[in-house]
Amino acid sequence: MRRPDSSALGAGISILALGALLLLQDKEVIDFEPGWFLAALTALVGMALASRSLPGAEPAARTAPEREAERLSGAGLLVGVILGAGLFFAWAKGALADAGDVALAALVVTVALGLISAPFWWSMARRLGAERMARVRSQERAEVAAHLHDSVLQTLALMQKRAGDPDEVAKLARRQERELRSWLAGEEPPRPGERLADALEAVAADVEEHHGAQVEAVVVGDAPLDERREALVAASKEALTNAAKFAADGGEVRLYAEIDESGAKVFVDDRGPGFDLDSIPDDRRGVRESIIGRMKRHGGHAKIRSGPDRGTEIELSLPGGRA
Amino acid sequence: MTSVPSVVIVDDHAIFRAGVRAELADRVAVLGEAESVEEAVRAIAELEPDVVLLDVHMPGGGGVEVIEQVAKQRPQQRFLALSVSDDPQDVIAIVRAGARGYVTKTITGEELADGVRRVRDGDAVFSPRLAGFVLDAFAGDLPAEEVDPELDQLTAREREVLRQIARGYLYKEIALRLHISVKTVEAHVSSVLRKLQLSNRHELSRWAVSRRLVD
Repeated sequence: MRRPDSSALGAGISILALGALLLLQDKEVIDFEPGWFLAALTALVGMALASRSLPGAEPAARTAPEREAERLSGAGLLVGVILGAGLFFAWAKGALADAGDVALAALVVTVALGLISAPFWWSMARRLGAERMARVRSQERAEVAAHLHDSVLQTLALMQKRAGDPDEVAKLARRQERELRSWLAGEEPPRPGERLADALEAVAADVEEHHGAQVEAVVVGDAPLDERREALVAASKEALTNAAKFAADGGEVRLYAEIDESGAKVFVDDRGPGFDLDSIPDDRRGVRESIIGRMKRHGGHAKIRSGPDRGTEIELSLPGGRA
Repeated sequence: MTSVPSVVIVDDHAIFRAGVRAELADRVAVLGEAESVEEAVRAIAELEPDVVLLDVHMPGGGGVEVIEQVAKQRPQQRFLALSVSDDPQDVIAIVRAGARGYVTKTITGEELADGVRRVRDGDAVFSPRLAGFVLDAFAGDLPAEEVDPELDQLTAREREVLRQIARGYLYKEIALRLHISVKTVEAHVSSVLRKLQLSNRHELSRWAVSRRLVD
């Protein structure tokens, strides 16, 4: 990167140097004819300004930071001219003679030097910032690549190997889809330990994972989890597991939940063979105990409708508003 | 109308277009495909399909842009949105732009063909998730003076139909379950679609933004 406008820097510094020389002359440290200073000053400033407008001094394309650095150095030049003129004026008036405030003059010179060199520091800071940004960006890209490699590519490889087993392939694809979606959603990770809606969706995903049925969940509304709602989640899980086990092969199980001021309702529907509730076989005791019993104990209730060829519907309801 | 409906598939993924074409093969006449907004606008004007199957996300403005440009020349054109995105903002935006329904890309070929036919006939098609969104967005009571009951509220019957859709039941199953005709189910869904498109209910947009989740 080009040093921002060295001509302006030179002009500013020479003006300041001249100002300082004038001051020294006035203090009788060195002896000069003041007219020389004026001439030299004018010449130097003129040269600096001329070199700025020379053709070829303008680089063809400038980056935004360079352009801004140029503007800043222009301002530095202006301040340098004004300060130099000020010093010259003060010297001419002889105000500096009896003030004896070398300290003031030194302060002025320091401030001016700072102003003149500001573009340099500023562009340095910008360059460092840009480098850091680029580093962060390439780091992010590496992270995305690593994530896709560990998840999607692995799953695709696995699916190619299992191509002969459609159930397994479907399961892999759905698991990967769920994982990718939650990764993309990013900003707000689900909180199945705190929110009823997230807990129900997590339970649906879990059952799908372990029982080979597709479980679609649609949840409307939300409420914080408490002990009773946790019981509702547990009963929903039991209902889903039950439906997934007995759903027609690889069949679809649906969970729909509606949560509002008056309470929470969860529906679990499947298109399995259905069953007769009165003749629940022993291996389905889960239905009585973990679903009906559990809902009752927590002040809710469960309704089960089932029959041959029409699948099974389980309706769980838990009265009570948002806590 | 019982003839085979015709469609144009608009999606920027070639693999996906090929998949949809194969699934619809015998049930729907696929007149053409397009993979960008300009291509879609041109193909629709030229082929005049009954229904446009429209992806929500595409480079250059997406499905909403296609609907807006086509509507200038063919205001009667019918669209069915088809997307992997379950982002409520996308879904609400495309339905409010004029799509007559929204289904997810995992839908079976049979159900999709059914949806196309329904949209061609002027009815609306809601996926379970869209039904859930609508119930969520129209939940809660508004102060009476702010409500246009014609547009800003669902009737009890409409709610019940949406609930059944959210539970995954098909229109004919819903008709049986609620003891109404399939025509009535369709009328309720169309009425909900109209409300969704025209309601000024401020909750709609706020809700969609507040629920920016992908799944």
